[in-house]
Amino acid sequence: MSTEARPLIIGSSPHIRVKQSVPDIMFHVALALLPVAAFAVWSFGLSALLLLLTTTAACVATEHTACLIARRSTTIRDWSVVVTGLILGLTLPPSTPLWMAVLGSIFGVSVTKSLFGGLGYNCFNPALVGRAFLQIAFPIPLTTWTPPDLPGRFSSLLPTTLTFPFLRADTAALADYIRTALASGGVDGWSGATPLSMWKFAEVPQFESLPRLFLGSIAGSTGETATWLIILCGLYLIARNMMNWRIPAGMLLGAFLLSGAFWLSDKTHYPSPMFMLFSGGLMFGALFMASDMVASPMTSAGVWIYGFFIGMVTVIIRIFGALPEGVMFAILLGNAVSPLITSATQPRTYGLVRQKRWIKQ
Amino acid sequence: MSMEKKGPSSWDVFFAGFWRDNPVFVMLLGTCPTLAVTNSVINCFAMGVSTLFVLVMSGILISMLRNFIPKQVRIASFIVVIATFVTIVDYLIQSISLDLYDSLGAFIQLIVVNCIILGRAEAFASRNGVMRSVLDAIGMGIGFTIALLCLGVVREVLGNGTLLMNTPYEISLFGPRFEPWSVMILPPGGFFVLGVELLFFNWWRKRKEARALAQAKA
Repeated sequence: MSTEARPLIIGSSPHIRVKQSVPDIMFHVALALLPVAAFAVWSFGLSALLLLLTTTAACVATEHTACLIARRSTTIRDWSVVVTGLILGLTLPPSTPLWMAVLGSIFGVSVTKSLFGGLGYNCFNPALVGRAFLQIAFPIPLTTWTPPDLPGRFSSLLPTTLTFPFLRADTAALADYIRTALASGGVDGWSGATPLSMWKFAEVPQFESLPRLFLGSIAGSTGETATWLIILCGLYLIARNMMNWRIPAGMLLGAFLLSGAFWLSDKTHYPSPMFMLFSGGLMFGALFMASDMVASPMTSAGVWIYGFFIGMVTVIIRIFGALPEGVMFAILLGNAVSPLITSATQPRTYGLVRQKRWIKQ
Repeated sequence: MSMEKKGPSSWDVFFAGFWRDNPVFVMLLGTCPTLAVTNSVINCFAMGVSTLFVLVMSGILISMLRNFIPKQVRIASFIVVIATFVTIVDYLIQSISLDLYDSLGAFIQLIVVNCIILGRAEAFASRNGVMRSVLDAIGMGIGFTIALLCLGVVREVLGNGTLLMNTPYEISLFGPRFEPWSVMILPPGGFFVLGVELLFFNWWRKRKEARALAQAKA
């Protein structure tokens, strides 16, 4: 009786669809970034809060304007641009002048995303492109760090934050401000370096202790310090199947193995693999930036190669490059090769003989 | 215009390079010097004038020799002619200003392989009389210089906050507290600015064409 009422639907596969949609996933990524953002505000204060709000607002405004110019319906409601803005803010140093943050947001979203056709067509991670642009355009403000947990961080802004647009960030005033604030807290001096630059540029390499790296009481970009929180938030996304776990796994494995090989060859110069994994932006990059769905390869074998490649390039840049940190450029390189990886790792169609040439003409 | 000549008028030939057939923004030729030397206005100017000189002189010579150069070896012959004038420019710039010569680096010598010059020799000078070849060469040379300056002004203003740096006429636009965008002086800046300007000019051209079409229909 009941079968009569139901029509027989004939169609080609897929028959079972996931209920997740792009706005769903992006919303949860933004949600997962919030604890990291909260920690950033807690350890770097008002400046970090203002920085995060600025990048997010600027990214959303850029995307909206681009949609208006292209006469399309606005795409800001799919949350992806909010994620971009949050990530950009979390990868900048806390003392970044706001006008630079706005410039980076505009550049990243418009050049990487809007010009190529919006979400799904961006061949690079927009936040990272914005960050890379700022890094090359303004190298000094983008490598000026602030110690965490400064006294008075919730009552006053860092002096460089509100730099007038297009004017130079006053790094001397920032150094004075930091010195005074630290003195009021009973600390005499601060080297002004992140754990990575202390290892790379000190005459005798210094290695920050692992618990401090893990707990996040270190200098660095706003969102990269609290490794434990980043891992927790990443695990949330992996548990909800909203992130491809193979990418961070491959990336961490690649970085671990290569830095382990260096460490075994010379333990006084090269940091231990655990230091490599927990310092700088590697954990944040692995969980929230390399795993960008659009800019990573589409096959399961491909994402392993992609992650492994990024991890190894990061270690190579950190050890041999001019900059102490290499996650950003490594991920951008990975984004650049990911179409090639996708086409090289196409699975064999069931029933067909494997073709000799791995890139079809 | 005399009646027996066919094709565009001399006026058209002269002005084609300025905008309609601009070597950089329309034909996308000579992008190597366009990207490499446009980090300051004076570099652009020197590069543009050198290219203009080589274009005009090689245009005259190739147009005069066009009936004597065998078709099979024409490219080699063109290159020999072009290389002669490039060598002259090379020594000339060296004698005028060694600083300028150093900042332009290898790109003066590389005018030899600039596609604009070989392209005009092949497409125009070897098929037209001397007068028209000269007009074409001047138009193309000025068009190239304008295009270089379009990039150079943006890159220098953003990348250094000045106009005409490394010259006695240097103007500081934003005062000493300006934060220069060093990326604009570096090679990526060339790509960014060229990309944005191409976007703008193509958009403008399309709009003009669409309006002309709409007018023709109306």
